[in-house]
Amino acid sequence: MVEFVFSPEQQDLRTGVREFLAKRSDEATVRRLMETDAGYDPATWAGLGGELGVLGLAVPEALGGADGTLVDQAVVAEEFGAALLPGPVLGTVGLAVPALVAVGEDVSEFVEGTRTAALAVPDRAGRFDPALVTVTESGGALTGEVRHVVDGSADVLVVAARTADGVGLFAVQDAARTPLSTLDQTRRQATVRFDATPARLLAADAGPAVAHAFRVGAALLAAEQVGGAQRLLDLTVAYAGTRLQFGRPIGSFQAVKHRCADMLVLVEHARSTAYHAAWALDDASDDPDLAVSIAQATCSEAYQRVALDTVQLHGGIGFTWEHATQLYVKRAVTDAALLGSATEHREHIAAAVLDTAVSNGALVVATG
Amino acid sequence: MADSDLVDETAHEVVESHDPRSTPRQEMLGAIYDAGLAWVHFPVGLGGLGVSRGLQARADAILQGAGADNAFFLNPIGHGMAAPTVLEHGAPELAKELLRPLATTEHIWCQLFSEPGAGSDLAGLATSAVRDGDDWVVNGQKVWTSLAHVARYALLLARTDPDQPKHKGLTYFVLDMQAPGVETRPLRQMTGQAEFNEVYLSDARIPDSHRLGAVGNGWRVAMTTLMNERSAIGGTSSVRGAGAIADAVELWARYPQRRTPVLRDRLAALWTRAEAQRLTDERARRSQGSGQPGPEGSIAKLVSAELNQDVYEFAMELLGPEATLYGSYELRRDIPREEYRGPLQQRFLRSRANTIEGGTSEVLRNILGERILGLPGDLRADSGKAWKDIPRG
Repeated sequence: MVEFVFSPEQQDLRTGVREFLAKRSDEATVRRLMETDAGYDPATWAGLGGELGVLGLAVPEALGGADGTLVDQAVVAEEFGAALLPGPVLGTVGLAVPALVAVGEDVSEFVEGTRTAALAVPDRAGRFDPALVTVTESGGALTGEVRHVVDGSADVLVVAARTADGVGLFAVQDAARTPLSTLDQTRRQATVRFDATPARLLAADAGPAVAHAFRVGAALLAAEQVGGAQRLLDLTVAYAGTRLQFGRPIGSFQAVKHRCADMLVLVEHARSTAYHAAWALDDASDDPDLAVSIAQATCSEAYQRVALDTVQLHGGIGFTWEHATQLYVKRAVTDAALLGSATEHREHIAAAVLDTAVSNGALVVATG
Repeated sequence: MADSDLVDETAHEVVESHDPRSTPRQEMLGAIYDAGLAWVHFPVGLGGLGVSRGLQARADAILQGAGADNAFFLNPIGHGMAAPTVLEHGAPELAKELLRPLATTEHIWCQLFSEPGAGSDLAGLATSAVRDGDDWVVNGQKVWTSLAHVARYALLLARTDPDQPKHKGLTYFVLDMQAPGVETRPLRQMTGQAEFNEVYLSDARIPDSHRLGAVGNGWRVAMTTLMNERSAIGGTSSVRGAGAIADAVELWARYPQRRTPVLRDRLAALWTRAEAQRLTDERARRSQGSGQPGPEGSIAKLVSAELNQDVYEFAMELLGPEATLYGSYELRRDIPREEYRGPLQQRFLRSRANTIEGGTSEVLRNILGERILGLPGDLRADSGKAWKDIPRG
């Protein structure tokens, strides 16, 4: 497995998911679903899990998965992002399943798409900080509240809670959920509330599993961002090549063309960093936290920039409700804020590579 | 045997039969050429093994790891641009004659393309070549010519038919820089040095056997050179944190008293962009076959040039009052490689050329827009006109 070289199977996987989503998650469908309470089509989700089998590609076979790699799952996530697939992509596939796998739980039902799960653990700049956990456990039941739980209406919640021994990880089914009205109607959130709610202990120490889930979730989120950004670049280039003003395609004007070129650079940088992160998590070829922060710092900024420039380059039509761009803008802004902003990940990068830098004295500075 | 094993084995054989630490440079580089490791994707007998271009890095790692010189650094235009152009467009005998001394650095090469009146609009160039018997007689002025003062040969693009539209009247030649009528003068740049030259051509003669490609086909030949140039400029470093960004991080480490949170975020953003480009270069390299470098080289060139400038602007700001000092403005031409990049302040000034040399960033964005994204070309005021009727100035 050579980094950045996709196998024929991975290419087929991409094509298969793309074709499925073209039929089952086209723009009209996305718009219809985003007006519904559930926010997604459970039959489509189950089709992705069952018929296509692409919701647990990095999950070991023994726990109900396909025994593939995170790069496989990233290829799929990229297509999900391109199609703005509504559904618990981040909550279930990105976060809850990796956390459950890390503690050795069977995740067959989530991988099959028949049930959904979400991770109800606050993050600090995309990383786990036990100090942020306010839910408490007592006598096997949880009490407290977690806000901003992505896909928080899921069947099962994976929750970090304070115990007598520290911060443990629990599974909960019967929590109160208050859906939030979200900027991005295709990516739902809820506030979840526990009031002496019975919970099943998954691990006495939530730390390793949650940290792992945040890393995997951030890498897959980055791949989703790449997919969305590439789709917008394609839309923009197609529009710039056909929209005529002053008797010529607007894409022939350098002011437009150069902005498209800059979007291309952003998309290519995003793709390189997102897949590097997935590869690094697969084969431990790089510091996983650093690789993920490089990906998130790059992809969050790239997707948001590309989305906002897509509005500009489409002119008035790009600002309308009816044009697809607005859906992507809202996803891009939301994704940039989830699991650490670009600035927060730059903070991690600075801590890793700048704060530790040691002068070697080799560079000459002229002193007059 | 797999191609990668062939490359590894051949490289190990070369360093075993010729110890790079005791073999004279030209002899060493000659042995590398003879073994087919100068350009592994070239044909056998012409410095290559006929394998994928992507395997060059393996050969270089073994050879240079054992102490061999990097021929590309010593003869960049020859090694990176002239060699692929001569191979693709020159007669086989000419390639045989020119490539080996090029590879050994016995012959340094330069490139006579840009003119005072033809920068980004290279195809508008005015230097003329007129056929006279078996020779061509060349007149004109070239500019921004690195290494002209030490070069034995030059890649020359000249106009052979002023009545044709500009792209069609060009022909490509190999010029002997020692021929009568070739005069080289230093061109001083804002750093105070003269890395470049002006070259005046007054009735300089070139034998027709030194023509590359057909008469009138020079533009297409030049594309081979330019695609290799952009790829060579952009796609070198592959170590995380190397290149210009290393200078900024070094200053950051050296002057803790000058750190602020705002500068820290700016440097982190620069570092991240450098890393994203490094990974993109890596991705391009891994997916590259044995063919010509494609337009993705233009991404590398565009980003690395702008990044260099941003990094050195940052570094100057971090330096504070010392940024206002300089070393020496003494005119120097032959700068030893280890000093080539000079003190930080000089690197800052030098970086201003990065977005101009080898294709301006404006032209590169046109290339990305038109050749990669497929956007329509701009309206051109000179299209279809005979070159001699195009306004110039």
